[in-house]
This record gives sequence, C-alpha cells and structure tokens, in this order.
Amino acid sequence: MSLARSAWLVSAKDLRIERRAKVALGQILPFGAIVLLLFAFALDPDRGVLTRAAPGLFWVAVLLAALLAVSRAFAIESENAAVDGLRLSGLDPAAIFLGKTAAVLIQLLLLEAVLTVGVVVLYDLPLGAFGPLVLATLAATVGIAATGIVYGVLTAGLRLRETLVPLLVLPVATPVLFGATRAWEASVDGAPAEAWPWVALLAAFALISTTVGMLAYGPLMEDG
Amino acid sequence: MTLLPRPLTTALGGLTLAGLVTLTILGLWVAPPDAIQGDAQRLMYLHVPTAWLAYFAFFVTALASALELWPRTRSPVWDRLAGASAELGVMFTGLTLVLGSLWGRPIWGVWWVWDARLVTTAVLFFLYLGYLALRRIPGDPDARAKRVAIAALIAFVDVPIVHFSVTWWRTLHQEGTVFNPELSAQIEGTMAFTLWFAVLAFTVMYLYLLAKRYELAALEEEREDAELEAAIAERIGEPVGARS
Repeated sequence: MSLARSAWLVSAKDLRIERRAKVALGQILPFGAIVLLLFAFALDPDRGVLTRAAPGLFWVAVLLAALLAVSRAFAIESENAAVDGLRLSGLDPAAIFLGKTAAVLIQLLLLEAVLTVGVVVLYDLPLGAFGPLVLATLAATVGIAATGIVYGVLTAGLRLRETLVPLLVLPVATPVLFGATRAWEASVDGAPAEAWPWVALLAAFALISTTVGMLAYGPLMEDG
Repeated sequence: MTLLPRPLTTALGGLTLAGLVTLTILGLWVAPPDAIQGDAQRLMYLHVPTAWLAYFAFFVTALASALELWPRTRSPVWDRLAGASAELGVMFTGLTLVLGSLWGRPIWGVWWVWDARLVTTAVLFFLYLGYLALRRIPGDPDARAKRVAIAALIAFVDVPIVHFSVTWWRTLHQEGTVFNPELSAQIEGTMAFTLWFAVLAFTVMYLYLLAKRYELAALEEEREDAELEAAIAERIGEPVGARS
C-alpha cells in the first residue's frame, strides 16, 4: 500500500471518530473562541490594542487549542488500547504519522477559519493581502500539527501526558508563533512583501518537523 | 559505574575549588573596575562562562543522545551522560539569565530586554526544562532512553530555528540593538585574562559536576533495580537473594 493511501486511511479513521464524537467541534472550537473573548476582556477593546495585537492573539489561541487537539488525537488511540491495533496493522509508521498529522491539520484549519471570522468581527481586524495570509496559515498549521503529533507519540501512554505535552510543544513551536504572527501583521498592514520571508520560515519549519516526525515515529511507536 | 576514574574525579573537584577561589580573587580584586560600567562589569566573569557552558552542556546532551540512538554505540552510559549534562545545562542557562538580568539593571537600566540572544536563551531554558520533565517519567529503561534521546535531538534541532526566527523578528522590527560594539571592543589585559580564566575554571567545574551527577544517576538506577528485585522476590514469597 502506498504511503499516501495508508496515511489517508489513518486520517480518515481519525476524522470519522471525530465526526461521531464531535470533541473538536463541541469542545476545542468553543475553547478557542472563549480564549478570543478572554483576550478582549483582559485588554481594553476601546483603545485599538486588540486590533493591533490581533494577529498575535489569534495565533496564541490557535496554539492553545492545538494542544487540546493533539491530546485528543492520542486519547482516541489509548481508549480500548486502539494503538495496539494500529501497531499491528502493518502500516508504515511514517504513514501513520502523516495520517494523524493530516487529521489534526484539517481540524485546526477549520478552527482557524472560525477564529479568523472571530478576530475580524470581534477585534475589527482587516485581513489585507490574502495570498501570504493563507499560505502562512497553511504552513504554520502544518508545523504545529506535525510538532504536536511527534510529541504526542513521544508521550503516548505515559503518566502525566496531559501536563507534559504543553511544556514540550510550546517552546519548540515558538518559531511558528513568530513567523505566523509577523506574516499576518505584514498582510494586515498591506505590506505582503514583508510577509514572504516569514512564509518561507514557516514552510521550512513545516518541512523539518514533518521530516523529523516521519523518521522518529517508527522508533517511538514501537515502545509506546 | 563512574564516568571517569575516581582519582581523576577527585582531582577535578580539587581543581574546581582552587579555580573558583582564584577566580574570586582575580575577579573581585585583581581585575580593575570597568571604565564605563564600573564594578557591575565584574558580573561578566560569571555570566560569560555560565552562558558558554549552557550551550556546551546542551551540545554534549545532543551528542550523547545521538550516540544512544546509534545502534552500534547504544549504552546506558550515553543516556546518563545526556541527562546529567542537560541538568547542568538548565542550571547554567538559568544562572546566565539571572546574572545577565542583575547586570542589565544597572547598565541598561532594565532587568530584561527583548534582545535576540536573551529571548533565545529563555526559550532554550524552557525547551530543556521540558526535556528534563520527560526524563523524570519512569518506564521501561530502554524505551525511556530512546524516547528522551529523540526528544533531546528534536530540541537541539529546534535551537538554531528559534535563534534564527528571533533574530529576524528583532532586526526587522527594531532599529539597532542594545549591544554596543564600542563597549566590548576594548578589553584590558588583566580583564581578558580573568575572563578566560573564568571560562576555564567553570569548564572544569562542569566536568566535575558532570562526573558526580553521572555517578549519582548510576547509583539511583542501581537502587531502583535492587528495589524492584526485592519487590519481585517478596511477591513470589522467596527470601531476597535466594533467586539468582
């Protein structure tokens, strides 16, 4: 079975579970939205602070929600020891990594679409240049999802996993926060030329984290 | 079970003590106060070596982790060494941040600036704090060693990316930097000697602490094994030591 086909099977499985359980839709998405509201409560919405900080706040909200999505992606494997089935399936571990990453990626992209509407409506953010904005978002989300899944499998089955994953993922993901926030700011400011270097950085991060994940997933899954 | 032959470790301990005493005298009395920064500059004799060792310790952790993962060189030695070095690295990174902050207050007028080097160091601190947290979670020794070695390498790969993005962030958005090249261009002879001596003395201290921490890790593992053995023996209702 080809890598792409195997990856598709895994992500379709994860998304099917999600469609039935609706945890991302019913819990993670509202969580992201309430974080946006909390920022507005914490900062004075009348002084333009929110609008100026909107790109950064948006990405912080995405990162926090992503932690939950990653946690969930591995909770579904530990329930009923489903991970053993996955291990015995004979699928290429790199494909399992890609599949799980893709499933989280799709959920995060949906979340970002909703949160984007949130920052436009609540924070009065003009979106500006669309090209770099969309590409930066895509690259950043691939990076977040891949990093999250790597640390997810790294800590799968461990005690204290829930508290450990944020501590591990957030420092590693700092370049994504820098890149995505600056790229969004440049697009919003109507200076897309300034966004491209950041899009390149995000793409590099996405590529590196995906490569690392494909290489490390096998050895990590073996002893899960 | 020791990293270095015991007499060598003891000698390193003696050298560390002598080095730190000498450094105290050199740094506080022999070296002249800085023309511009005054006595605050003396903090550099601690800040510079701790910063160097922070990076060096994480490099050792990465190297040991790579050797742990490589099937031909796999050995519990590398796992212990990686852990010991990472702990020292986190300690030195924390010291670097605190000492730099103490120096920054009188010289820059602020405890903290969002300079690229400072931000990278802060991220580094949390990156390896996470690694240490991961190390503390018990489990099957082989699986655990492999897991933490992979985590150490990921962290190591991430450091240049973090540094690169932070540098970009600051240079694209802020003119100039707090590091004035004129301030550091000229270093008086005694001061330069003291600085180099400090780096050397701290490196010896690092090696000593590394050897000691390694020994401790080995003892911890031994005790854990002994306790497990005892617990198993108890479960099967046999006296300890009867099965072997």
